[in-house]
Amino acid sequence: MRQVAGKAAAIGAAPPPQPSPGGRRSEGRRQAKARRWLVSALCYLVLSLAGVTMLAPLLWMISTSLKAPGRVLTFPPRWLPTEPVTVQVEGRPREVVEVTHHGHRVRAAIMGVRPEGLVLRELGRDNSKKTPLSLTLSQGERGNASSGRTAGANPAEWVQPDDTRVRRLERWAPHWENYAQAWGALKVESGFFGLLHNADGLLVFYLNSLFVAIMVTLGQVVTCSLAAYAFARLHFPGRDKLFLAYLATLMVPSVVTMIPVFALLRRMSLTDTYWALILPGIFSAYGTFLLRQFFLTLPTELEDAAKIDGAGRLTIYWRIILPLSKPALATLVTFVFLHTWNDFMWPVIVIDDLGKKTLPIGLAHFQTPFLTEWHLLMAASVIVMMPVLVVFVAGQRYFVRGLVLSGLKG
Amino acid sequence: MAAPAQTVEGKRRARARRWEHLGAYLFLLPNLLGFLVFTLVPVAAVGLLAFTRWGVIDRPQWVGLRNFVRLLSFHSEAGHTTANDPFFWQYLGNTVFLMLGLPLAVAGALGLALLLNQRLRGMVAYRTIFFLPAVCSPVAVALLWKWIYAPDFGVLNYALHMVGVANPPQWLQSTTWAKPAFILMGLWTGIGGYNCVLYLAGLQGIPAELYEAADLDGAGWWQKLRHITWPLLSPTTFFIVVMGVIGGFQGGFTAAYMMTDGGPAGATTTLMYYIYRMAFQWFEMGYAAAIAVVLFLLVFGFTLLNWYLGKRVVHYQ
Repeated sequence: MRQVAGKAAAIGAAPPPQPSPGGRRSEGRRQAKARRWLVSALCYLVLSLAGVTMLAPLLWMISTSLKAPGRVLTFPPRWLPTEPVTVQVEGRPREVVEVTHHGHRVRAAIMGVRPEGLVLRELGRDNSKKTPLSLTLSQGERGNASSGRTAGANPAEWVQPDDTRVRRLERWAPHWENYAQAWGALKVESGFFGLLHNADGLLVFYLNSLFVAIMVTLGQVVTCSLAAYAFARLHFPGRDKLFLAYLATLMVPSVVTMIPVFALLRRMSLTDTYWALILPGIFSAYGTFLLRQFFLTLPTELEDAAKIDGAGRLTIYWRIILPLSKPALATLVTFVFLHTWNDFMWPVIVIDDLGKKTLPIGLAHFQTPFLTEWHLLMAASVIVMMPVLVVFVAGQRYFVRGLVLSGLKG
Repeated sequence: MAAPAQTVEGKRRARARRWEHLGAYLFLLPNLLGFLVFTLVPVAAVGLLAFTRWGVIDRPQWVGLRNFVRLLSFHSEAGHTTANDPFFWQYLGNTVFLMLGLPLAVAGALGLALLLNQRLRGMVAYRTIFFLPAVCSPVAVALLWKWIYAPDFGVLNYALHMVGVANPPQWLQSTTWAKPAFILMGLWTGIGGYNCVLYLAGLQGIPAELYEAADLDGAGWWQKLRHITWPLLSPTTFFIVVMGVIGGFQGGFTAAYMMTDGGPAGATTTLMYYIYRMAFQWFEMGYAAAIAVVLFLLVFGFTLLNWYLGKRVVHYQ
């Protein structure tokens, strides 16, 4: 390391560092420190800005999912699930506003909206009603009038030319019951092996997704690890050619196999069954490749010792190879589970029965009856997304390693 | 006397070897069976189906090259040359247009990886945040962005409104803006995702001595990026571009299905969505297979081209 650096310095144009007096050196060190500090501050700034931009859509999703039905389609949009503060005046709930007039601030209730403006009544400190009608404001434009923006139907504040400001008071009011409503919004007559009758839609989709994802993941771990063991450790004629064929099919896009596989499953009357979702998923060239690469890196000494003790291949596979391959298996599990859980196109093609739909196509089905009920659509989306996010954050390490393993060593 | 003993020994050994081979095949069998039934045979079958007319319930009927003529060829009509299937060309154009996001995604992923590669506290948290969109259910993501892009009450148009854009686009309802909207959504999921992690891994593989040497030579950060980082990351970039092109040719299904139904006026129908509708909504399986074959050849051709070009550009350490 030092050698390379020294050589580069000798070749480079920069003069070799001069021994400098102590004062100048500490000055230089301070400067370098300041620069490093500036660079990291800049890094954090850019990353934070980018991070907020990335998170904003997800937060917007959660915020929308918590809004009251009537508060979703407001213009301007509210960032948070809020509701107007109301107070009972003359037997009816009235929205409360805060009026600022030349620096003087009072609370008032909206008694009515007339063409000529708002009719307000001032409120006491404890929201008790006070003096009768005290203020009438024209419903002016929001911001400065020259920009030509209209306030919309549901403005957050009004500004008067004479420096009077009327601001709606809103309070944080998340509607958690949206989630319960989304959960049961679709009813499924019979689902999940016919075990559930007239059940909540998302419950059925959840169970279906879990079942399919677990079966596919298990199946793939079993078939791929067996095959990978054969490719990595056993000898048989045609092994390398066969492995090459596996590798070649990694490049075949799924669209190519989609139509014949559908035709085949239809021929076997397996479309619209769980088999159609599970069978094509449990054999994968990719998984075989990933595990074979990992098995090749394992030392053979243990196996040799086991062989001398008379262990068969199945024992070696089960007692030595698999336990040593936990990281690679964890990677495969995370990948396959995630992929199956999120898979959309294939279930769309082979599943029709509402009772067998997985979460993604169940969510897609949601769209029709609840086309503009964004709070329900977003609540359902959050429900669909949450477990994946949790699994991801928990299995992140394996996930990242798997990416690197499968990506570049190929 | 010695010779027969040897043959017996040899026979036993041969039998043992045969047993060993049989065992190996048993290990391989479950996977191989699936591989044959669900990958290898279908690949061959699609090549045959592409030459048939088949409406799922009837038997496939051999039609020779007719599907490909309908798909790729042109005819003259009153002096104008028109494509037999103009939709195919439009959707091919859409598919390629949507791939314009790829350079942006690559640049964004690299930029992000460079930032995340700084030895600073909390980088794992940032990496997790940037990766989140990539693991989100694509269906949920499509719904979310449909809501963000809503022309009247959508939050994006409100934001544009706030910064003074008087007539913000209608996004998914506009033939001009629907595709850019798809690209933007793709960038959101793509920039911090898999590509960024690959770049991070690539960056960590670059020896620190190179930067130290460059520092002593008085190289600035741009020069280091240009002459050390970028060339040494070229295998990663190459991999990302190849995978991006392969994925791009097959992309656009979920977004089209969930957000636009391929519209307006076919502006967001990609080849993948076209194949889906042809096969599973209009039940023209043979024609759909022909489109799939053409798509496969396109992917294959581009991968070869990438490979050829890549050999000249990529530096392996």
